[in-house]
Amino acid sequence: MEALVTALICLPFLWAIFPAVIHNSKCRAFFVYLGCGIIMVLSVYTAVQWYLSGGQPLNFSLPYQETFDHVYLAGDIFLMCLIIYLSFKYKKYIISVLAVVGTLVPAFLEVWGPEIKEVPTMRFDWLTFVMVIIIGVVGTLIGIYAVGYMHGYHIHHHKELKDRRSFFLAMVFVFYGAMFGLVSSASLTSMYFFWEITSVTSFLLIGYTRTQEAIDNSFRALWMNLLGGCGIATAITVGYLWFDTVNLFEFLRLVKISPDSVKCLLPIIVLAFAALTKSAQFPFSGWLLGAMVAPTPSSALLHSATMVKAGVYLLIRLSPAMADNYVGNMVALIGGFTFLVSSCLAISASDGKKVLAYSTISNLGLIVACTGCGYEETLWAALFLVIFHAVSKSMLFQCVGAIENTTGSRDIEDMQGLMTIFPKLAFILLVGIAGMFLAPFGMLISKWAALKAFIDTHSAYVSTLMIVFICFGSATTMFYWTKWMSKIIGVSPREQSRDLTKKNEYISMFFHAIMMVALILGFPWLSKTILKPLSKEMFGAVEQVISYENIIIMIVLLVGVFVVPIVNFIGTKNKKARTVLTYMGGANAGDNMSFISATGEPKEMHIANFYMQDVMGEKSLFKPAIVVSSFIIIVYLIIVIGGAF
Amino acid sequence: MTVQTKVILAVCYIILAPVVIGLLDGFDRKISARMQGRKGPSVLQPFYDLKKLFEKEALCANRAQLFLIRSYLMFIMLSGVLFFAGYDLLLVVFALSTSAVFLILAATSTHSPFSSQGTHRELAQIMACEPMELLVAVGFYLATVPRTFNVEFISKSFSPNIIYLPGFFIGFVFILTIKFRKSPFDISTSHHAHQEVVKGVTAEMVGREYALVTLAEWYESAVLYGIVGLFFMSRNPFSIVYAIIAILVVWFLEIVIDNTSARVKWQLMLKLAWGVTIIAAGMNLFLLEIIRSNIR
Repeated sequence: MEALVTALICLPFLWAIFPAVIHNSKCRAFFVYLGCGIIMVLSVYTAVQWYLSGGQPLNFSLPYQETFDHVYLAGDIFLMCLIIYLSFKYKKYIISVLAVVGTLVPAFLEVWGPEIKEVPTMRFDWLTFVMVIIIGVVGTLIGIYAVGYMHGYHIHHHKELKDRRSFFLAMVFVFYGAMFGLVSSASLTSMYFFWEITSVTSFLLIGYTRTQEAIDNSFRALWMNLLGGCGIATAITVGYLWFDTVNLFEFLRLVKISPDSVKCLLPIIVLAFAALTKSAQFPFSGWLLGAMVAPTPSSALLHSATMVKAGVYLLIRLSPAMADNYVGNMVALIGGFTFLVSSCLAISASDGKKVLAYSTISNLGLIVACTGCGYEETLWAALFLVIFHAVSKSMLFQCVGAIENTTGSRDIEDMQGLMTIFPKLAFILLVGIAGMFLAPFGMLISKWAALKAFIDTHSAYVSTLMIVFICFGSATTMFYWTKWMSKIIGVSPREQSRDLTKKNEYISMFFHAIMMVALILGFPWLSKTILKPLSKEMFGAVEQVISYENIIIMIVLLVGVFVVPIVNFIGTKNKKARTVLTYMGGANAGDNMSFISATGEPKEMHIANFYMQDVMGEKSLFKPAIVVSSFIIIVYLIIVIGGAF
Repeated sequence: MTVQTKVILAVCYIILAPVVIGLLDGFDRKISARMQGRKGPSVLQPFYDLKKLFEKEALCANRAQLFLIRSYLMFIMLSGVLFFAGYDLLLVVFALSTSAVFLILAATSTHSPFSSQGTHRELAQIMACEPMELLVAVGFYLATVPRTFNVEFISKSFSPNIIYLPGFFIGFVFILTIKFRKSPFDISTSHHAHQEVVKGVTAEMVGREYALVTLAEWYESAVLYGIVGLFFMSRNPFSIVYAIIAILVVWFLEIVIDNTSARVKWQLMLKLAWGVTIIAAGMNLFLLEIIRSNIR
């Protein structure tokens, strides 16, 4: 097992060298496919191997742990120097301060600080198992998609940009390695190292095109993530000085032993703070929105299997230590607030990618709120959301990317009648959207569990607020998804044209669609074999989270969402119905697309969705949201830090 | 309840709901007419209308409508079955909101100006009402001892839940006005907005398809009236009488609102609905939570 996990972490880092040095397009593509394939197989093999060996949490240290410790230290220093260099090059000096403070303090303590007791630095358990599979399968599929997409991106659409595909694909592999390392680390030192790698890699990916906008946005992502990194650095410092440990699980144990001690909460709250920045919760949502400027595969990567999931992963880990205390309240409130606000903001967006970005933030908000609640039910819901969100968001991003490459626009208004011109793409989009809010996600199971758990939360005001957030947030979520769906179905003003989507892009997307349906059908099985032992491991109790009867009803509803329309579709296929023109007050010009205008000439008719810019727009909501959420975070940080001293 | 009773109740709902709601609709028209100084049609008029619609030639603007409308009807019936057979209230609400998506897709698939405009108002309308529907489920959960979303247990609670949930009740009755397409006159398929949105969501639905939508609305109304009744149900077998009285009172109230507030627009509707939800239901929720945490 130890060897397998080590290989899983090291291989992607080493494999990144291939795309970096090979510049022949065909040859590089081959190595990327091969690398993705090997990583996918290896990750699944590792996970299955662990499952077959009994599924017990495995604490271990890497072989040559000493060497690895030196590598981490050297790596941290290298990343710091890189950030300082880049921030001076682009005149963003202040960022280098964050990097210096966040790196040197823990590094100093590690070298000259007090000796701490030796404990295993790595851990493989149920949560790691789930995350490894998500990263290994969804992440690598994005890698496969990236090869075809980036080809089209440079050859057909952005000839003006410098072709840095080698760099891009290499960074994707580095990302896999860092994520695998992150989810199997128990020691904060190693976790911090991988954490910083993801921050820097995402920064480099966002700045890929090197336009002014891309540079600005990438630096925004960098400073927010470095600020979060400082949270982990603080936890490490506190661990050295007060608790004689830097092991994440030791911190959790301490909270369990003395739940009323604010001192023990301090490392938890700073770690939670770090996780909030990474998972792009308000007030730190700006970086994920800015990440849109990067080519689509990197958005898909950041939004679905990696990066934001790192934040959520850490929160799930902390979840048992957050039940009904200050940290939990902070995390739950921020999550619930983000869920509501970003779903409102999504209503006002018409750029497809932007809607997806807001919906990611919103969905993550729900997950974060669930973890902050810290009960078994919410954890169960959070994990389901994580799994389904990874698959469907990756699929949706790839699909919107493909639509943009094919039609030249990713604006939702331009997707009118996509069903008639590009049925394959429209079908994938519909499955993705249906999966996002009709089926298990926001709409059903998770919201069901979350609502139930929030009602039972101890604090009356947190409970009330959370319920209100969820009830209103689900109404707004429904609004923006339905309005997007309603654009796709129907007739299109445009002629059918050639679908430019590459074969490997379709392979990846259809694979996602199949996974999605399989997950929906297999959800009771998933709940029983994976999520139940997981929550047993974290909470030490097995309780039937949702009654058997309700599971049956849910399956009926879920299957219904897909089966009822299909059955009806087949049932009405041969039904006789004369197709007639729509009603336009008698001014039809022969089809449904145009009408006879006042001048007597036929004029094309445009039908646009509601965007409610004045109420839900970024201008009126974004700033107040940042103020409110900053206020919540600052107040709770003061309470806990003040209480600890 | 045994499985047999559940099945019987579900079958009763499927058969009786359209009859009862259709009759209520007929009386509604009659009473409204009298309020406006007209004679009004026969109370059976809604059924004649439905029959007539089923006999019309099958027309459609887009074939996708056919299966989407049937899916809409099926999901509403599913949610009704879940409700009257005594299953989970939250799932009932979820099924209802899922059904609405199909209606909306059916309407927009036509690319018709009137139906699209109606759709967006319909969406705004759903957004206005949904928080309250979810909150009602939460309210019942908090008020029942032991806590449950299960409709069967809620209907057998020790005392009628209205005692604990007056705010929720007010909020719910408020959104019913919108749900039954009574008050804001310019929302989709409102009984009044002939000039502006023609028939909103249903503008492009004719004959059999329109009949199915009407039927679906009746089934939905049955569930909503059912929830009104649920506020008054308790262990006492006579409580069912109170529930029926309450339903009739609410029904009459809606007719009065319909005839007195003819000129409310949808923008105001959204603000009012959310405002009332936050104030009435939100306060009620907060009080319940406070009481609960004091007991503990």
